[in-house]
Amino acid sequence: MDITEVPVSQEDNGKKKKNKSPKKKKKSVSNGDGVEIKEEMEKSEPPAEGESAFPPTFSVSEIKNKQRRHLMFMKFKLEKRKAKMQIKKKRKKEREALGDKAPPKEVPKTIENQRVYDETMVDPEDEEVAFDEGTDEFSAYFNGLTNPKVLITTSDRPRGRTVKFCNQLATVIPNAHVYYRRGLALKKVIPQCVARNFTYLMVINEDRKVINGLVLCHLPDGPTAHFKVSSVRIRKEMKRRGKDPTEHCPEVILNNFSTRLGHTVGRLFAALFPQDPQFVGRQVATFHNQRDFVFFRFHRYIFKNEKKVGIQELGPRFTLKLRSLQKGTFDSKFGEYEWVLKRHEMDACRRKFQL
Amino acid sequence: MQHDDVIWDLIGNRQFCSFKAKTKSQNFCRNEYNLTGQCNRSSCPLANSQYATVREEKGQCFLMMKVIERAAFPARMWEKVKLSKNYEKALEQIDECLIYWPRFIRHKCKQRFTKITQYLIRMRKLVLKRQRKLVPLSRKVEAREKRKEEKALIAAQLDNAIEKELLERLKQGTYGDIYNFPTKAFDKALEQEGEESEEEEEEEEEEEEEDDDDVGKREFVAEDEVEESDMSDFEEMNKLRTSSDEEEEDEASGSSDEEEMMETAKKSKLKSKSKGKQPAKGAAATKKKRAYVEIEYEQETEPASKSRAAS
Repeated sequence: MDITEVPVSQEDNGKKKKNKSPKKKKKSVSNGDGVEIKEEMEKSEPPAEGESAFPPTFSVSEIKNKQRRHLMFMKFKLEKRKAKMQIKKKRKKEREALGDKAPPKEVPKTIENQRVYDETMVDPEDEEVAFDEGTDEFSAYFNGLTNPKVLITTSDRPRGRTVKFCNQLATVIPNAHVYYRRGLALKKVIPQCVARNFTYLMVINEDRKVINGLVLCHLPDGPTAHFKVSSVRIRKEMKRRGKDPTEHCPEVILNNFSTRLGHTVGRLFAALFPQDPQFVGRQVATFHNQRDFVFFRFHRYIFKNEKKVGIQELGPRFTLKLRSLQKGTFDSKFGEYEWVLKRHEMDACRRKFQL
Repeated sequence: MQHDDVIWDLIGNRQFCSFKAKTKSQNFCRNEYNLTGQCNRSSCPLANSQYATVREEKGQCFLMMKVIERAAFPARMWEKVKLSKNYEKALEQIDECLIYWPRFIRHKCKQRFTKITQYLIRMRKLVLKRQRKLVPLSRKVEAREKRKEEKALIAAQLDNAIEKELLERLKQGTYGDIYNFPTKAFDKALEQEGEESEEEEEEEEEEEEEDDDDVGKREFVAEDEVEESDMSDFEEMNKLRTSSDEEEEDEASGSSDEEEMMETAKKSKLKSKSKGKQPAKGAAATKKKRAYVEIEYEQETEPASKSRAAS
């Protein structure tokens, strides 16, 4: 009896409950011993059924049989889920019972909440940063001395979609001109641009009919930023869009550029647009940084009353991810890089962001 | 002994040659000393004891020659002549070296030399031009980035953020006088305050009136809500009112005990109450007729029952 007891109880635990009945029948077939075994089975069943208890050192992965292991795992998961639901219900009841005195709801953890502290986060009143920004390459723009003039071009031999995108960008950014590349070297293009008083050079890189890169170069030897571009939607592909943007200068919204690097990039974007937006046009261009992705949107807004505003998306949309920031103008070989995306270092932690 | 024909017979047609590369239409020779690159009787360096080629090493062109006298010495078999960098001079050099050689070989050497110089020139030009760098993409990394971007987009809640920002700018007044909203807000706020104060006043009035009624002032007021059918009972009710006012005025008409005796009293109650509470409680309370026993004035049930018990 002792010898037979052990395998029986183990098998009981090892099988899902509904399998127990056919097993029982099988067992009961064998007479004599079978009857006694049945009794033992019954004894061992209630504890198993009552709490579906596993011996404490038992783990699902020790079962060799795949089907049985899978079943056990499903059972285990189900129980866990049930326990969780019960806890939730209990908490909800407590909350309702207490009413006003209930403790405040806990704030759920988000990646933004859990962001690793970055020592380059800019304090709004930081004097050093303010001083830096007063004397950097954008100071001329922010002091109102220069007006932005943007040259938009592509890589060699652009496809139709890229050309359309460039044209649409040119309507979004005031005072922007599109030129064909025709195989010119950027290093030669840049002095010519400077000579003609351009402040920005924007090169849209394309590969196999897909736009994938953007080089934004601030001209009188300003910083050069190289972005990876994704999710490009030109106007035709956007749902529920409005009519074409007008010639008014749009407003600019820059969100979440919090670190020092983010500040630089934000100013880079801000200097693309003229300093005095025309509010009559009711157009706004947004650069929103979230988790190192910069989302660009172009909307037209209308205030319905002082509490509600309606926005309608016009214009192209795309997302950027900063790949490198170089101090001088575009020079990939000998340039001095301020910041380069190093995937192994920077992408290792989910909660660490650069911008 | 060098029997070129025998060699060619073997490797060219019948047996195996390791340098031969066969295609559907043509045979190529992969021997590095081959002049034309094809597998022919006249181009095979193995089957010709007198042979010459032009080869290029690191941008330098050399003329290689093989003669039958050196066929027994494989180490010294090929004679290497460095050709001048000047194209014409090099051609002259070839002519000079291969004087009295078969026309075919001379011609092909010059042709090959021309080709080599041309591609060397192109290589030099290309280096000066912009070179496109091919960056390999890692599929996993790209998929991860895409996923992160989607999640970031959801977390960003762009529309809300933009709307909030615009509203903030409106509040701060960056838009100046273009929109008239701020004044409207003021008016609304004012109106709200006005309503609140009015309500408070009304409530105070009601309370005062109740107090007055408790004192027992007699008021003979024509009530607008009274229907003509009720007018006949009006005077009786007024008479009754004075007696029952004090005690039972605040009684609720909800209890069943009241039904028998106090119908008239009820009426008076109703009337008085309706007088007092008209402005607050609206028409529904005032337009009751005699027979109704309604449970609306629940607040005052207890005192009523107490007073009745006393009476």
